[in-house]
Amino acid sequence: MIHTEQELELIANQIREDIIHMLVEAGSGHTAGPLGMADIFTALYFEVLRHKPQDTNWPERDRLVLSNGHINPVLYATMSKSGYFDHSELKTLRKFGTRLQGHPERLRLPGLETTSGPLGSGISQAAGMAYGLRMDSLKQPRVWCLTSDGEHQEGNTWEAIMFAGKNKLSNLTVVVDRNNIQIDGMTEDVMPLEPFAMKYQAFNWHVIEINGHDFNDIISALNQSKAIFEKPTCIIAHTIPGKGVDYMEFDFRWHGIPPGIKDIYGDPPKEIQAKSALEKLRTINGKIRSEHE
Amino acid sequence: MNSLLSDELYSESITQEPTRKGFGEGLVDAGKKDESIVALSADLVESTQVEPFAKAFPDRFIEMGVAEQNMVTVASGMSAVGKRPFVTSYASFSPGRNWEQIRTTICLNDRPVTIVGCHSGVSVGPDGATHQMLEDIALMRSLPNMIVVAPCDSIEARKATLELAKLAKPSYLRLTREKTAVITHQDTPFSIGKANVLREGSDLTIIACGPLVYEALKAAKYLESKDLKIEVINSHTIKPLDEKTIIKSAKKTKLVFTLEEAQVAGGLGGAITELLSEHLPTQVIRLGIQNRFGQSGTLAQLWAEYDLDAASIVRSINNVLKAK
Repeated sequence: MIHTEQELELIANQIREDIIHMLVEAGSGHTAGPLGMADIFTALYFEVLRHKPQDTNWPERDRLVLSNGHINPVLYATMSKSGYFDHSELKTLRKFGTRLQGHPERLRLPGLETTSGPLGSGISQAAGMAYGLRMDSLKQPRVWCLTSDGEHQEGNTWEAIMFAGKNKLSNLTVVVDRNNIQIDGMTEDVMPLEPFAMKYQAFNWHVIEINGHDFNDIISALNQSKAIFEKPTCIIAHTIPGKGVDYMEFDFRWHGIPPGIKDIYGDPPKEIQAKSALEKLRTINGKIRSEHE
Repeated sequence: MNSLLSDELYSESITQEPTRKGFGEGLVDAGKKDESIVALSADLVESTQVEPFAKAFPDRFIEMGVAEQNMVTVASGMSAVGKRPFVTSYASFSPGRNWEQIRTTICLNDRPVTIVGCHSGVSVGPDGATHQMLEDIALMRSLPNMIVVAPCDSIEARKATLELAKLAKPSYLRLTREKTAVITHQDTPFSIGKANVLREGSDLTIIACGPLVYEALKAAKYLESKDLKIEVINSHTIKPLDEKTIIKSAKKTKLVFTLEEAQVAGGLGGAITELLSEHLPTQVIRLGIQNRFGQSGTLAQLWAEYDLDAASIVRSINNVLKAK
C-alpha cells in the first residue's frame, strides 16, 4: 500500500466533508450513497487505479465507469482530491455553467469515462470497454465499474452480467455498493435482490464479499480481482449508507436529499443538520477530537 | 434520360433487391477499409444482413443474444476505446426498445455508433404490426447529435453505410426487408445531408425517403401525361435535412407532398413541415402512416391499404388539386 490505513481513513473523511459542503452549497443531490462509498473511491483513486490526473487521455489508463451517476459528489470530491481539478470548483456542483453537472457528463469534465445517471447501463458500457480493450492487446488496462445495489433491479444490468460472463471478461471488475437502501425504502422490501452473490456466481462471475469500510478488505479484494482469470469479478461491498454521520446511517430517507432542506423525524433540525454532520465527520462520530479542524 | 437514375427505371425488368442487402455489402467494404469497425447482432445475423461481415471478420463480430439494451450500451463502451460499432437488429427493437440507452450513452455521450434498424415500415409484410416499425424516425430524429438516413434502394444503402462509417458521430440507418426496385446506379451522387432532385417540375414537389421514392417517381411520370409537372426529391437524410434544396423547391412549386413509410407525426413529414412553416410557409400534405399501426399482408396490399403506392399518391394529389 502506498498510504497507511490511517492516511486513507483521513483522506476518505476529508472527502466526506467535501461531500457535505458540496451538497449544502448545491441545495439538492444525494447524500447517503456518496458518504457510503467514500472509502471505496479513496482506495481506488489513491491505491489501485492506474491513472494520470494530468493526462486524462493516457491510452493505458484504467477505465473507471460510475454506473449509478447520482452518487457523483463522491466521484467529484475524490477526483479533485487526487488532482484532476481544483478543490474550489467543488462548490459549483449542480450550478449553471458548471463542469460538475447534477449527473456526470463526460463531455463537460475531462477524466470522466462516460455519462451516467439513468440506472443499469454502466456494466454494459464497462463490458464494452473491456471487450474492446481485450481485442487490441494482451496487456490491457483494467475496467472498473461502480454500481448500486438498487440498479440490479434493471433488466439491462443482467443482460450485461450475462454478456460479461459469456465472454470471460477477466479485465472487468464490478463493485456493487450493497447498502440495502433505495429511494422508496429497503431494497429487500422494494424488490429483493438476495441471494445476490449466488446470482452473480450463476452468471459465471467470480464473487468477493467485503466490508466496504475496511481498507485492507477493500484493497485486497480490488487487487485479488486482477488475478482472476477467465471470469469477470464482482465485489459485493457491504457499506453503510450515510457512513460517518450517525443520524444518516442506514436511513433511506437520506438517499436522495442534501442536509439542510427539511426536517427529518428523529434527526437534528434542518438548520443544524450540516453543522452536525461535519462535526460527526471531524470527530469520527465523537470517537476523537477533531484532527483537522 | 435522367443521369441520376437507372436506365431500367420504368421497365418491368428493373432489378429488385432489399435495402438491407446493400447495407450488408457496404459493411464488408467499410470493414476492409477501417479495422476499427465492429458489428453487433441481437440474434438476427442473417435477416439483418450483417452475416457477410460476420463471416469476413469473425473477430470483429459480436453475437449479443436477444438483448438490445445491452447491445447498444456495449457498443457505446467499445466506441469509448476506439472501436467503430454498427449495431444491428430490427427497428422495432433497436431503436424501439433501447431508446434511453441510445439517448444517454450514445447521443449525450457523443459516441460514434451506428444503429442499424432493419425491417422498418409496413413493407415487412406478414409479420404484422409488432414487427413493422413506424415510429423510429420520430424517435431518432428528436435526439441531439443523431444523424438519420433512410436509403431509397440497395445501392444507396451501400453508399450510406460507407459514408456513415467515415463519420465519428452517432447515426441511425433505416432499412427494409422486402425486395424493392433499385432505382439509382453506382454513379448516382450520394452525400449525407444532401437531397437529390430526381425529377424537376414546377407544379408541385414530392419529398420522399426510402423505397417509396420509386412510387413517387411512378406517380410523377403518370401525372406528366395529365400535364402536371412534378418535382421529386429523395431526402435520404432526414437529419440533418437539406434545407436549401427543400426550400428552393417549395419556393418554385408552392405545394409540397411528403411521402414515407413511417408515422407522419415526427417523421419526414414532420421534419419538412417544421422547416417550411418557419422559413417559407407552404401547404404540405403528409403522405405516410396516419396514426395507425401496421398489420399482416403483402407489400403491395399494405402499400395500397396505407395509401403509399403510386396509385394512391396520384389519387391524393388529384384530391388536393380538386379542392383548390
